[in-house]
Amino acid sequence: MVSEEKESILWEVFIQPKNGLSHRHCGSIHAPDREMAIFSARNVYSRRGEGQSIWVVKSIDIVSSDPDEKEETFSSDDKIYRHPTFYDVPDDVGHM
Amino acid sequence: MAREQNEKIASLEAFQEKIDRDEKIEPKDSMPEAYRKTLIRQIGQHAHSEVVGMLPEGNWITRAPTLRRKLSLLAKVQDEAGHGLYLYCAAETLGKSRMEMTQELLSGKAKYSSIFNYPTPTWADIGAIGWLVDGAAIMNQIPLCRCSYGPYARAMIRICKEESFHQRQGYEIMLTLSRGTKAQKEMAQRALNRWWWPSVMMFGPSDADSPNTENSVKWKIKRYTNDELRQKFVDAIVPQAEKIGLTVPDKDLKWDKKRNNGQGGYAYGEINWDEFWRVVRGDGPMNNERISAKQKAWNEGSWVRAAAHAHAIKKQTALQAAE
Repeated sequence: MVSEEKESILWEVFIQPKNGLSHRHCGSIHAPDREMAIFSARNVYSRRGEGQSIWVVKSIDIVSSDPDEKEETFSSDDKIYRHPTFYDVPDDVGHM
Repeated sequence: MAREQNEKIASLEAFQEKIDRDEKIEPKDSMPEAYRKTLIRQIGQHAHSEVVGMLPEGNWITRAPTLRRKLSLLAKVQDEAGHGLYLYCAAETLGKSRMEMTQELLSGKAKYSSIFNYPTPTWADIGAIGWLVDGAAIMNQIPLCRCSYGPYARAMIRICKEESFHQRQGYEIMLTLSRGTKAQKEMAQRALNRWWWPSVMMFGPSDADSPNTENSVKWKIKRYTNDELRQKFVDAIVPQAEKIGLTVPDKDLKWDKKRNNGQGGYAYGEINWDEFWRVVRGDGPMNNERISAKQKAWNEGSWVRAAAHAHAIKKQTALQAAE
């Protein structure tokens, strides 16, 4: 009875709490089209005024890096000169 | 073969080290199959419990005694629906489809919390559910906010934030009834009598009979054992009952200063495990009604899903034609 039906589209939901802050991922939702996705996202993820703007994106449209290549993709341990503490400045120079 | 085996052991050890460092596991990270399966089972059951949990309370929405009570109950039941959805989407990140989960709930294959297989004959049952059942759920859920699986932990944080009003609204109902007429107070006491033991059973079998606990604790899915959480629950609820002049229906209940590592806690009577397993196996007072209600809702909603799907296709076709 259930299996005859198609799985509906999965959307990722992003909410912006207020102006000045970024949209932030908060979960996902099933909906057949984008209007219903926005409608359901609002009902499911914003029942207590959590936001003032919602984005929905089809989950399959999100391109992500490979978690097994975390080391290669993100390692910067060998580039410590990119951090401020790499540089010696006399204490009496004050905050810099 | 030996090399494959060694690699498997090495990756298991690496996984455990990651857990031991309190690092979170995210959907695309490698994880042992047993960890994935345990989570799918637990999150799935949790989601189904939220969804079936709407039924006993939904029973009273149209008969709530005042508009204020009706609004609260409606908001609470709507929250349960939302919580079910947060959890289904957490389970989906582990590779289980929504349709599969729905299928398992409707066919009766999937388990959900047995507490929802008990009936709600009076308004006081709604008070008792909020106070005791949500109280027990919160006890269970707060440690899950620190669960090692990221999407589950994040869902639990949202749920716990929203759920704190549920227990308060239930306790307020019980408080109001216990200060009411003699008949109202009796109604509250009878609801407590009905819900006490099933609530105590909500934490699951005692540690000695809980085969899944060891791995779940090792993997930081669970942070406390069933009996530890049950003890916390009893210790929290007993004084709350006293405060509103209701009696916990357990003649063996007494203060035991040796409990909780000498800090003291309540000793409670023997749990009726035969009843527990009977209801888990499907022979509770409302098991059939609950599943039938879900099947009916699914079947009656079928045309809505079909129409929404057809509308989406029609609009997409029109959009493509315009391009």
